[in-house]
Amino acid sequence: MDWHFVFSQALTQAIGPTMLIYAIAAIGLNVQFGYTGLLNFGQAAFAAMGAYGLALAVVAFGLPFGWGILIGFGAAIVMALLLGIPTLRLRADYLAIVTIAAAEIVRRLARATVWSEYTGGSDGMRGFSEPFFELSPYNPDANWSVLFVSMDGGRLIVDLGIVDFQYSSRDLWVMTVGWILVAIFLVVVGLLVHSPWGRVLKGIREDEEAVRSLGKNVFAYKMQALVIGGIIGAAAGFIFALSRANVQPDTFSTDFTFYFYVVLILGGAARLFGPVLGAALFWFLFNLLSLTLNQGIRSDLIPREVLAPTQVGPLVFFLMGLGMVLLLIFRPQGILGNRRELMLDVR
Amino acid sequence: MSDSEFEREPEVFREMHQAALAALADVQPEPGVAKPDPILTASGIRRSFGGLVAVDVDHLEVQRGTITALIGPNGAGKTTLFNLLTGFDRPSSGKWDFDGRSAKRLRSYQVARAGMVRTFQLTKALTRMTVMDNMLIAASAQLGERMWAGLIPGLWKAQEAANRERAMELLERFKLIDKREDYAGELSGGQRKLLEMARALMLEPKMVMLDEPMAGVNPALKQTLLEHIKGLREDGMTVLFVEHDMDMVHEIADWVAVMAAGQLITEGTPDQISSDPRVIDAYLGAHHDAAAH
Ligand SMILES: Nc1ncnc2c1ncn2[C@@H]1O[C@H](COP(=O)(O)OP(=O)(O)O)[C@@H](O)[C@H]1O
Ligand SMILES: [Mg+2]
Repeated sequence: MDWHFVFSQALTQAIGPTMLIYAIAAIGLNVQFGYTGLLNFGQAAFAAMGAYGLALAVVAFGLPFGWGILIGFGAAIVMALLLGIPTLRLRADYLAIVTIAAAEIVRRLARATVWSEYTGGSDGMRGFSEPFFELSPYNPDANWSVLFVSMDGGRLIVDLGIVDFQYSSRDLWVMTVGWILVAIFLVVVGLLVHSPWGRVLKGIREDEEAVRSLGKNVFAYKMQALVIGGIIGAAAGFIFALSRANVQPDTFSTDFTFYFYVVLILGGAARLFGPVLGAALFWFLFNLLSLTLNQGIRSDLIPREVLAPTQVGPLVFFLMGLGMVLLLIFRPQGILGNRRELMLDVR
Repeated sequence: MSDSEFEREPEVFREMHQAALAALADVQPEPGVAKPDPILTASGIRRSFGGLVAVDVDHLEVQRGTITALIGPNGAGKTTLFNLLTGFDRPSSGKWDFDGRSAKRLRSYQVARAGMVRTFQLTKALTRMTVMDNMLIAASAQLGERMWAGLIPGLWKAQEAANRERAMELLERFKLIDKREDYAGELSGGQRKLLEMARALMLEPKMVMLDEPMAGVNPALKQTLLEHIKGLREDGMTVLFVEHDMDMVHEIADWVAVMAAGQLITEGTPDQISSDPRVIDAYLGAHHDAAAH
């Protein structure tokens, strides 16, 4: 059983490109759900707006990469407005129903055969990410070594002895941009939620009628929160599409949205750093479990009659689900959450 | 804080109150009677829920600078009338002017901005926010409440500090100053009523609508609330409040409007109302009729 490998891999993943997708999408969700109480169950569709906006613009319409980014953000804003205008004046559950349905519609439209010559149908699209990787400052042939940090044919290795981190030069570029985005979004969201604007959002989460009675245009604030969270969700979609160099409709399923919720609740909703911590921990645990079980089977510690390699995936999901239930029982406020706040008698 | 409401001398308002009382002295105790200087004038307000007509008020005027009590048995339509007047519900028909301006088309938040601020029968404290944040959120015209300005603290820090100072004064007055960093959800029921009233004052309203401000509050606190309501009048505000206890009404109301089964059945001074047989009828209803036969 190679524990060094297991922990190195899991930690590498915990701050890697995939974790960044979860972190960014959950930062957007935090604005909507964490601070404003909006039940957006379609965050995957906002990510799809970003990913498909970019891919379609570049591949199907031959537009420059920068235009693809703008179109992706624009599509997310349009979707937020379309979903918000009919629902945000109604009770909170309407938004939940409409977003969950919209996300499914988006996924089905993306995999529809009618326009598959543009969208690629269920196969999705590729060939839009090269302009992005051309911007990369990392040399794919670099070879050097300083203390415990080295580059081996463009592959970064940080060897800390007990564990090591390894990233390809493409991953490094995705991570550089991803972490810069995380930093920007945290600064912006941090400023916003600590402003009087953010105070109104929290008020709406607590009791929107009360906030109305104090002269605030609740609808406008909810719309702004939905749009901001959607824009951040689209950015997660860019990172998703670019890190894999393709987009596929079925990856934007409702499961994806639920992982964002898991990440947010694990880290602590309405806590600025909750999404980042939650994403790191979620993705670390997910990888740790998968790798441990796989290694256990490979080294014959777990007999194959007990657990076949094909059963590892479902078992990991089961264990993650169980962990989530235990978290909600014993630490419902998440890691960074405030228990005192959660235990209040909400009348 | 430049607004005049808080800086004018109390004597001025006391004189205004005396004038208002004198003006009301000549008003006949009849439902829908005209007042000399109404801040609120409502006509033909009707709201039905399916077959049930919850509110059907022909005419109602509220005299500026007075405390008017709205009384009536449970289900009389008092809360529904409040909801209609404050934009929280839409009437089937009717129109009303607030402070010389038609208020019918205003949304609830616009009504509040126009100067008519309400509280709720079931207190609506923002539980997972501090008492101070409950106060600060209520301040009007905050630049920092615009999204773009929220990003630049330098733009709104000064205004925030001024609002905080005013919130401190109000919390002091309502004896909540020591609780300012507590979550509103940690307050007792009575303290929440106080907070809701103090919070409404952050908007510097012209008229305050209190829906059962003293319901479920212990007698000692009731007296305090009563004094605070009188204080609103002394600060030049008009108060319309719902209350059941005739003793309380006697103690502070300048005028009383009585509703029963959606209609305004009578109006008058507290003395006139307590001797009005229509009021006794409304409260005792059919039993009283049956006994009379
Ligand atoms: N949203 C509603 N739907 C149906 N009926 C309602 C609604 N709100 C109030 N009512 C009815 O309207 C009548 C007046 O209610 P309300 O205004 O709450 O009375 P009050 O505040 O005087 O006790 C009651 O019969 C009540 O059941
Ligand atoms: Mg009522």
